[in-house]
Amino acid sequence: MTAAAAPAAAPRPALAAVRLSKSFGGLKAVTDLSFELPTGGLHGLIGPNGAGKTTVFNLLTGVYKPDTGAVHVGGQPMTGKKPSEIAQAGLVRTFQNIRLFGDLSVLDNVRIAAGVRARSGLWRSLLRTPLYLREEAEIRERARHLLDVLGIAHRADEIAKSLPYGDQRRLEIARALATRPTVLLLDEPVAGMNTGEKKAMRGLIQSLRAQFDVSILLIEHDMGLVMDICEHITVIDHGVTIARGVPAEIQSDPAVIEAYLGVPDEPAPTAGEIGS
Amino acid sequence: MSARATPGFAGAAVRSLYPIVIGFTLAYLMQTVVAVSIGDYYSKILIDIGIAIVLGVSLGIVNGYAGQFSLGHAGFMAVGGYTAAAIVYYGSIKLFGTKAIYGGSLGPGELLLCAGCVAGGALAAVAGWLVGQPSLRLRGDYLAIVTLGFGEIIRVLIKQTDDVVLSEKKVAAASWWSLMDNLGGGFGFIGGPRYIDAKNPFWVWLFVVVVCLVAYRLKYSNRGRQLLAVRENEIAAEAMGIKTTKAKVSAFMTSAFFAGIGGGLYAHELGNSMRPADLGFQKSIDIVIIVVLGGMGSISGAVIAAIAVTLLPELFRSFAEYRMIAYALALIIVMLLRPQGLLGLQELWEVEWRAVGRSIVTAPARLARWIATAPARARAALRAAADRRQEDRP
Repeated sequence: MTAAAAPAAAPRPALAAVRLSKSFGGLKAVTDLSFELPTGGLHGLIGPNGAGKTTVFNLLTGVYKPDTGAVHVGGQPMTGKKPSEIAQAGLVRTFQNIRLFGDLSVLDNVRIAAGVRARSGLWRSLLRTPLYLREEAEIRERARHLLDVLGIAHRADEIAKSLPYGDQRRLEIARALATRPTVLLLDEPVAGMNTGEKKAMRGLIQSLRAQFDVSILLIEHDMGLVMDICEHITVIDHGVTIARGVPAEIQSDPAVIEAYLGVPDEPAPTAGEIGS
Repeated sequence: MSARATPGFAGAAVRSLYPIVIGFTLAYLMQTVVAVSIGDYYSKILIDIGIAIVLGVSLGIVNGYAGQFSLGHAGFMAVGGYTAAAIVYYGSIKLFGTKAIYGGSLGPGELLLCAGCVAGGALAAVAGWLVGQPSLRLRGDYLAIVTLGFGEIIRVLIKQTDDVVLSEKKVAAASWWSLMDNLGGGFGFIGGPRYIDAKNPFWVWLFVVVVCLVAYRLKYSNRGRQLLAVRENEIAAEAMGIKTTKAKVSAFMTSAFFAGIGGGLYAHELGNSMRPADLGFQKSIDIVIIVVLGGMGSISGAVIAAIAVTLLPELFRSFAEYRMIAYALALIIVMLLRPQGLLGLQELWEVEWRAVGRSIVTAPARLARWIATAPARARAALRAAADRRQEDRP
C-alpha cells in the first residue's frame, strides 16, 4: 500500500486515492490510480478526451463504487459511503455539465448548500424556534458573502438558469464552497469560456485556496490554465496513470506528448488542444 | 424546553405560535358568524373547498416541493379517514356510551373527532413511511405507478372488511382489535356521526390554517429548500450533502399526515359517503389536478385551484359528470402553455403583476407563434431528450 495507508508518517493529505480501479463490463475505465492532494494543495488531473477523468471524480465523490482501492478524505476512509456522506465529510464537487437548481433563485441555490449541516429538523423549522431562526440568519449571511466573493451578488434574486454561462459556473463554485468543504473538485471550470472569462476564473481559483482554506483538485482541458496554476499534475490516458509531476516535467514527458498528439507515424491532430 | 433556557422565551413562543391563535379565531368566526350568515348551501360548499385545500396543499408538499409524483393521495386519505371514523364511532360508544354527542365545535364529540383525525393522520404518515421505503428509490413514472398501486391496495383491503357494528352493546363488548375488521366493506362506513356540517365547519377551517401554515413554513425553511433542491436536481442535491432519500421520505410522511387528516374530515362531513369506491384512483386524480393547475410548489396556487375545482362542478351541476373531460382538457392546456402550473413555485404575493398583464396582452400573438413553430420545437425537444439521456449518466 502507499503512504496513504499509514497517515501517521506524513502530514495527513486532504484527499488520497489508493489504487482505485473501476471497470464497466469489459471496459477498464480507471486502473490502479493513486494520488495524494496535500492540505492547501492545488493539483490537476488531465488527460485526453475519454481518458476517464470524470469517472475518477465520480469514484472520489461516491457516485460510483470502486471495484478495488480506497478513497480517504482527511484521513477518513470514504469507500462505500453515499455521495451525501462524502460531501458532509468535506469533499464537494462542481459539474462539467452544469447542474444548478435551475428554477430556484441564485441566493436559494447557495442557501441550500450553506444549510446542509444545519441542526434544525422539521419540528424546529415548523415551530420557528430561536435555534432555527439563528441558523436561517447564518445561512443567509453566508450565502450573501459567497455571492459577494464570486462577484454575482447583484444577481442574487434572479433565477439560476437565466444566468449567463460564466455566471452559472461561478454559482456552481459558490454553491460548492457554501458547504464548507475541505477539498474542492472542479470539473472543467473554464470549459466554454472566452479568454477574458478564463483569466478571471484563473485568478478566482487561486484566491479561493487561501480565502476558504480549501484544497483543490482540478480537471481541465485547457492546458494553459493547468500548467499555470497547478503545483502538481497527474496525467491519465485510458484510465492508466501515464505521468505525474510538476508542470515543467509534464510538458516534456514523452508519454504525455504521445497521448495527446499520437505516435509520430500517425497524422498528428492540431496543436490547439495541447498548446494555449 | 424550559422558560429559563432561552432569554425571551415568551417572545419566541408567541412568534412561533401566533398563527395558531389566528387560526382558532378564524375557525371560530367561520362557525359563529360566516356559517350562520351565508346559509347552509354556501357554507357546505365552503367546507368542501376547505377539505380540498387540506388535500391539495398536503399533496403539494410531495408533488410540488419534492417533485415526487404521487398518485396515491386518496390511499393516505382512506387510511386516515377510516382510522378517524373507527376511532370516532367506536370510541364514542366505548368512552361515552353513545354513538354521538353533538356539541358545536369544542364538545367531547368534536374533541374526539380532532383526536381521531390526528390519529388517522399519524397512521397515514406511518403508511407513507412504509410506501416510501421501497418506492422513493424509484423515479418519475415508476414512483407514480407504485403509489397508484398503494392506493388501490388500501381500497381493496378496506373492501374486504365486515359490516360496521351497529349495536352499542356489541361494540362495548367487542375488543378494539376485532372492531378494526368492521369498517363496512364495500358499503362504506355507515352509521358514524357527522360532526361536520354546514353549521359546524370549525374543525375544517382550523386544519386548513394548520396545513397552510406548515406548508408555508416548510417551503421557506432550510428543510423545504432541500426538498426543492431534490426536485430541481437530485444528483446535485446529493453531491452537496443533502440526504435525498431521507428528505423524500420526510416529505412523503408530512404529506400523508395531512392527507390522513383530510380523510378524517371528509369521513365526518354530512353528505359524504365513506365508501372505498369514493376513495379510489379518481379521487387521487382530483387532488393531483389541484396541485398541477395551481402550481407545482405554490400554496396559494393550490388554494385557488381547490376553490376552482370545487366551485366549477357546483356551478355547472348538470355537467358535473363530465368534469373528468374538462380536467383532461384543462391539464393538456396547462401542460402546453404553463407546465409549472398557474403560479408555478411562486405565491400570490410574489407574482409580478405587470409581467402577468404584459403576458396576457401578448397571449394571442404568442399562441399563434406557438402553433406555427410547434413542429420544429417538437423535433428539437426529441433531440434534447436524446441528449439528456446521454448526459444523465453521471
